[in-house]
Amino acid sequence: MSTLEIKDLHVSIDTEQGTKEILKGVSLTIKTGQTHAIMGPNGSGKSTLASTIAGHPRYNVTSGTITLDGEDVLAMSVDERARAGLFLAMQYPVEVPGVSMTNFLRTAKTAIDGEAPKLRTWTKEVKDAMAQLRIDADFAQRNVNEGFSGGEKKRVEILQLELFKPKFAILDETDSGLDVDALKVVSEGVNRAHETGNMGTLLITHYTRILRYIKPDFVHVFVDGQVVEEGGPELADRLEEEGYDRYATGAGAATIAASQA
Amino acid sequence: MTEITTEKARIGAPSAQPFINGFTEEGESLSPINAAASKAPLAGEAVKRHSHGGGVGVPDSSRAGRLTSYKLADFKPLTGLEEDWRFTPLKRLRGLHSEVLKGAAPSVTVSGPEQVTVETVSRDDKRIGSAGIPEDRVSANAWENFSEATVLTIPAEFEAGTEINVVITGQDTVAAAQHLVIVAQKFSKSVVVLDHQGSAVVSENIEIVVEDGADLTVVSLQEWNDDAVHASSQQAKIGRDAKLKHVVVSLGGDLVRVTPSARFTAPGGEAEMLGLYFADAGQHLEQRLFVDHAVANCTSNVLYKGALQGRNAHAVWVGDVLIRKEAEGTDSYEANRNLLLTDGARADSVPNLEIETGLIKGAGHASATGRLDDEHLFYLMARGIPEDVARRLVVRGFLHEIIQQIKVPALEERLTDAVERELAVTNN
Repeated sequence: MSTLEIKDLHVSIDTEQGTKEILKGVSLTIKTGQTHAIMGPNGSGKSTLASTIAGHPRYNVTSGTITLDGEDVLAMSVDERARAGLFLAMQYPVEVPGVSMTNFLRTAKTAIDGEAPKLRTWTKEVKDAMAQLRIDADFAQRNVNEGFSGGEKKRVEILQLELFKPKFAILDETDSGLDVDALKVVSEGVNRAHETGNMGTLLITHYTRILRYIKPDFVHVFVDGQVVEEGGPELADRLEEEGYDRYATGAGAATIAASQA
Repeated sequence: MTEITTEKARIGAPSAQPFINGFTEEGESLSPINAAASKAPLAGEAVKRHSHGGGVGVPDSSRAGRLTSYKLADFKPLTGLEEDWRFTPLKRLRGLHSEVLKGAAPSVTVSGPEQVTVETVSRDDKRIGSAGIPEDRVSANAWENFSEATVLTIPAEFEAGTEINVVITGQDTVAAAQHLVIVAQKFSKSVVVLDHQGSAVVSENIEIVVEDGADLTVVSLQEWNDDAVHASSQQAKIGRDAKLKHVVVSLGGDLVRVTPSARFTAPGGEAEMLGLYFADAGQHLEQRLFVDHAVANCTSNVLYKGALQGRNAHAVWVGDVLIRKEAEGTDSYEANRNLLLTDGARADSVPNLEIETGLIKGAGHASATGRLDDEHLFYLMARGIPEDVARRLVVRGFLHEIIQQIKVPALEERLTDAVERELAVTNN
């Protein structure tokens, strides 16, 4: 049983116009076996939270903490976070020319486990996982994400999720840009990983559509860098009907927060 | 990587040397009449004496009016301001441009199929001058000073099952001249590896004759010791329907300057010119190539990739492609990519494309120089891969594009290892 705890997190980025605060005090606790959905309109800071947990250098944490089973995540380098059991399925996975998928997957698995996977079982594991996600076998020979379509890139992110077996998976708008079939395939992959009982999931999404396939235990609504409402799965249903309009930004957000208190 | 600029068929002559008499941007001086009338010694005795097969009095080895001659005296002493030499630190040439090259030439050892003949010949052998004519002072100095040459002949229709290894080993650093001739006779198929190693200060002329229908791969590997200075002019003449794959791999040496050229003499020829270099602190690795489309329906493709690391690591790539008026149906592309791994390294990249006919299939050039992409590193590190391993993966991947095109398994392995060693030097 593991716990990922985010406390009063403030994050800013440097822009040409100066420093801009994006997260304004976010607190969240996720435990193994739980699925948390973070929902919110564009620009609310959802993806910033995901990238900050993974350690992207663009985001500066100005105050607050992130801990994994009590260990200070913010003190860890990007690769150390991954080895500690955090996995970020990226919104826009980059192409890495000249590095084959096979080589990449094996190198990453070796780094995460601290030892090289046994060649025979590993090859079979990769092959089976690819088949389940309906990824063509020849992708293994191709360079990482090179020439993959948007949907293929997302499937390959989930392939890594299934192979690397993290303690916590952060899915950053994995559903965006997917058609219904691809969405089902990807969701099944996440559910398989979740069913092992060893993973907690933080699902970041703009739409409620993916929540028909991945059932959240908790829903958090993000507006302007803060959580403005929290609840169970029923909150997602309400969002589907009403949208984000009622969370007017600025004064409106404050009013909502006050009414919740 | 940074933005890649690609220009398709840009007309112009960025390499134009305004001091050359009669040259205009339209390239009028390229016509045989002008060249013959000019004072270039090409049109004079030298050409007749060596019979280049380009027609009477027609120079088959001029580059946009560039001076070419077998005689050292025809080339002015270098100042370093010449377009051709502006990137080269002349002080580090160790006299290759200014002194009589009296040193012993690096030893040449050839191994390969027994059908391939290897001869050591004197200066007056008729095959000398069959594919090359010096285009710069350092090359001319070697031509004037070499005492004997090695001639490698791949017999007609012979298909070599294994590569032909030519190990060129430098013994000392007294400035020397070297001369090699490679003749791939009609319909032969072979791979020749020129393996430069040891310590040397040498100016080298390599002539490559690819006869009609022949398929020749030449890999010039520079794995010299740190003190070596090497200037190598590698000039190829490509016959009808012949194919040359030319690969330059420069890894070791203080200063290495390779100037390969491919000249098509009959239609249907194909030239693939690849290069890979890895410059460390203080190293100067320069490559200036020339593709001369002088006849119709030939194809050329150029790709050079380099990585640089450390203070004053310097790489230079200049690619000249000339599509002459006669060269209708030409298909040509050239590109250079550099990866700067640390601060203090410098890459100069100059693609030049001159086109004198619009009746071509394609002509393009591209150049990009950049740092390792932070997003690539982030992606790999976010999967648990430590930074040093991630950097190596990306650099290896970048250079592998060239290595995997060489298609000689033993060499691929060796070059992969060599790249690993380079990467280990500064733990990149």
